[in-house]
Amino acid sequence: MASLDRPGELLIEAIRLTVNGDTHDLGVPSHYTLLEALRYVLGLTGPKQGCDKGDCGACTVLLDGVPTLSCILPVQEAIGKEVTTIEGLAAPDAPHALQDAFDLTGGAQCGFCTSGILMSAAALLAANRSPTRLEIREALAGNLCRCTGYTKIYEAIELAAAALREERMPAELKGS
Amino acid sequence: MLRLHPYVYHRPRRLDEALELLKEHSGDVLPIAGGTDLVPNMKHGLFAPGHLVALKGIDELHGIEERDGELAIGAAESLTAVASHPLVNDHFPALAHAASLVAHPMIRNQGTLGGNICLDTRCTYYNQTHFWRRALGYCLKKDGDVCHVVAGGTKCVAAHSADTPPILMALDAAVDIASADGERSIKLSDFFTADGMWNKRLERHELVTRVRIPLPSPKLHATYTKVRERKSVDFPLLSIALAVELDDSGVMDSISLIVAALGAKPRVIGGLDKIAVGKKPTDDIVEAVARQTYRQCNPLDNIIVEIEWRRAMVPVYVRRSFNAILAEPRATA
Repeated sequence: MASLDRPGELLIEAIRLTVNGDTHDLGVPSHYTLLEALRYVLGLTGPKQGCDKGDCGACTVLLDGVPTLSCILPVQEAIGKEVTTIEGLAAPDAPHALQDAFDLTGGAQCGFCTSGILMSAAALLAANRSPTRLEIREALAGNLCRCTGYTKIYEAIELAAAALREERMPAELKGS
Repeated sequence: MLRLHPYVYHRPRRLDEALELLKEHSGDVLPIAGGTDLVPNMKHGLFAPGHLVALKGIDELHGIEERDGELAIGAAESLTAVASHPLVNDHFPALAHAASLVAHPMIRNQGTLGGNICLDTRCTYYNQTHFWRRALGYCLKKDGDVCHVVAGGTKCVAAHSADTPPILMALDAAVDIASADGERSIKLSDFFTADGMWNKRLERHELVTRVRIPLPSPKLHATYTKVRERKSVDFPLLSIALAVELDDSGVMDSISLIVAALGAKPRVIGGLDKIAVGKKPTDDIVEAVARQTYRQCNPLDNIIVEIEWRRAMVPVYVRRSFNAILAEPRATA
């Protein structure tokens, strides 16, 4: 087994990634995680580098629609798959209902966990239009937030789910 | 920020290619499936192989199917798939439940059943950054010659911390193992050893390819309970798998009780046949089983929660396991 002291040879690998609908041909160090490729090669800093070892969920992205921890995923595992980051959740001028709802309810405070939570929540709502509070809690069980106590986050996701079901804007429901 | 060391990442499509790569780079290679434990461990400097062989893209390691009176689950199936698959839920709801208790949703999406079975043992003094371990002077399991858990200890006592093996053992599961030299099978109850350095009867160039569980008789009831600090994310502080066969009159025909997360090997509690078989699980009998289990369980300071409390929880969770089984409306595993 190679020891830590032995400097390994840096290897740059040619990798094709599909991120937020765009295809990129990249030269990436072979030992990069998907998160490192997203942040340091593609400049997508929405997914956060929190614990960096799979505990906190701040790095959550969707891999073929499945919430995935990009900080512990070797970048090669994303080849041939659709990667969606928070930057690809919606167009800049038309936020996702979840983004509106988080804004309206105060679902984000410091915001560090928010992009990961939005990705977990987006996958939940794609699979389940009317999640119960318990189902929302289960879906977010790998996303740690240390600011909000989660209540506003749950409210935001419920508001977004209702808005998507009724095809209305979260603000209209919030006001009503 | 935790950096990985440089390595070559191989993505074979066929099992034989993977096995050849493991043989070819012997001593400087590790297999990686979900990587949910291996990648953090590499970031902590616990492993630094020059080659990784990725297993998820190998079709032969996938699939969940019933055949020859068994349920066969490919080792690269995700824990999410195991927890949600209809065949697993029909035949072995306790296994589906155990898989659903591993870590958190994303870890289960990425982590695999085979990886959970082969999970490295864990210890307060081992699962730390290189900086942290160096500051303490390292430990027996990695880079050092001192055990910080057992004073003067010469044998690593890091804890078996996986959720699916205890219930798989109670369900009498076997694993298929392949290497470039051939194939073999072994009962999971014979698979683990008490050596915290490497607690499995698996050579470094071998892979667990499949898990096979005999389909249960209608008399079988099984349950898995996990004690942890939070209801998500955490590894177990203590876990208990219980399987009993109850005949029509409620008498126990067999009993299998496994306690894990205390030492390097999941402990099969002995002497229960005499106490429980041929009897109904009355309060007195359950209490006798709980006492027998308590006597055989001696946790060590390998996890950060007090050993007295972990030991005290053993009989509590034995009782709860029986309560869970007796509350079941019908015989299910």
